[in-house]
Amino acid sequence: MAESPKKILFGPIFDNNPIALQILGICSALAVTGQMNTALVMAAALTAVTAFSNLGVSLIRNHIPSSIRIIVQMTIIASLVIVVDQILRAFAYGLSKQLSVFVGLIITNCIVMGRTEAFAMKNPPGLSFLDGIGNGLGYSFILVSLSVVRELLGSGSLLGHKLLIPVTDGGWYVPNGLMLMPPSAFFLIGFIIWALRTAKPEQVEHEEFHVITNEEAAEYDLPLAA
Amino acid sequence: MSASNDTVGKTIIVAASVAIVCSVLVSSAAVLLKPYQEKNKALDLQKNVLEAAGLLHDDTDVATAFSKIERRVIDLDTGAYTTAVDPDTYDQRRAEKDPNLSDKLPREADIAGIGRREHYAQIYIVRTPDGAIDKVILPIRGYGLWSTLRGFLCVEADGNTICGLTYYEHAETPGLGGEVDNPRWKALWHGKKIYDDNGAVALDVIKGRVDASAPGAEHKVDGLSGATLTSNGVEHMMHFWLGDQGYHPFLRKLQQGAIS
Repeated sequence: MAESPKKILFGPIFDNNPIALQILGICSALAVTGQMNTALVMAAALTAVTAFSNLGVSLIRNHIPSSIRIIVQMTIIASLVIVVDQILRAFAYGLSKQLSVFVGLIITNCIVMGRTEAFAMKNPPGLSFLDGIGNGLGYSFILVSLSVVRELLGSGSLLGHKLLIPVTDGGWYVPNGLMLMPPSAFFLIGFIIWALRTAKPEQVEHEEFHVITNEEAAEYDLPLAA
Repeated sequence: MSASNDTVGKTIIVAASVAIVCSVLVSSAAVLLKPYQEKNKALDLQKNVLEAAGLLHDDTDVATAFSKIERRVIDLDTGAYTTAVDPDTYDQRRAEKDPNLSDKLPREADIAGIGRREHYAQIYIVRTPDGAIDKVILPIRGYGLWSTLRGFLCVEADGNTICGLTYYEHAETPGLGGEVDNPRWKALWHGKKIYDDNGAVALDVIKGRVDASAPGAEHKVDGLSGATLTSNGVEHMMHFWLGDQGYHPFLRKLQQGAIS
């Protein structure tokens, strides 16, 4: 691993995005992006958990017996998630109620565990911490993008400030109800993936096989289908 | 990674130390943050009382608005105000479990699935500017699918019309039973009539949508789709708490004008 700290920190935002390229952590990206404030809190919570669990695992990586390494990682992640949940309950009670189970579900978020297992087990603490922040930023980038579109089109507001006055309040904007539903995030993630892969064609996966033409088949002397 | 990591001794030492460090971290966070969380909980409770009463708006100052609401304790059996406990120090949640302050419910009477019912209930009263009772806010609770739902029900001074419902604590499935928090569903309860002509609780949470023109529509509320058991739980807790075991004696007195 000879990657520069800068690449580790910012690479996951566009080049190796945990949601758009690795397709991890979709569940919470659908669930909490209906409003910007929940998305921001969730993004901050996940970034903190990923960074500190990477740091913790990396610090003791040379002492973890391989037979129990997954459970050790889980213990560290779960403890950090509980701490984050307690902090939210103390200082952002309303938001923590809205996020309900999703903060607790950070424990099972594939991004966190994926980074501890794939990166922190093999790299020194400083780089691991940066890697955690970087992947958190990649996740945050998608969450914030989704929530901006969903809150603006679904409720006509951003962070609770009314920008497009909906017809129910005497304005002109007819809110798009679909944007309030979790499935709309699927479409939006699809658009983001499309845009990213158009801008960076190297992210397009290779096709696993291709259908050969009749001329090619004749060239290889293969029997043609009737 | 050295091979010595995989010995039994090292495995146990690492497992134990990780467990100890993590538990210290978690428990110190829980203890240090407890005072803040308690304060938030109290504030949240006040907010919910205001919300049930329809007094919570975006710019409401919770403490000021809440200070205008009167707290009283009633005896659930007689339905009258009681001075047996001090409203400022009465802890109803503790009383629910205290054998001296609550009674075990027989199985067939315990439709809300709460186990024990306390003798006294702390209620909140909103008065009109000339001092007459405008609305009463009653704490209710009952079992849904996964959890006991706790909330407040607002009843008009006629003792029969619902003016609001809100839950401040539950652990129902988000998106299904958790929709008890949905403002649109809560708004459906406004103006519903609790009792039929014979004085029996007629509230009904039905499957599907209520036809507003059908007879009895004033007692019926749409169920939550995909959450039959939570909807049933809500209906059962209404029947329990508005029935004779709950606030019916009090609401009857309120209707007759015997409560001021």
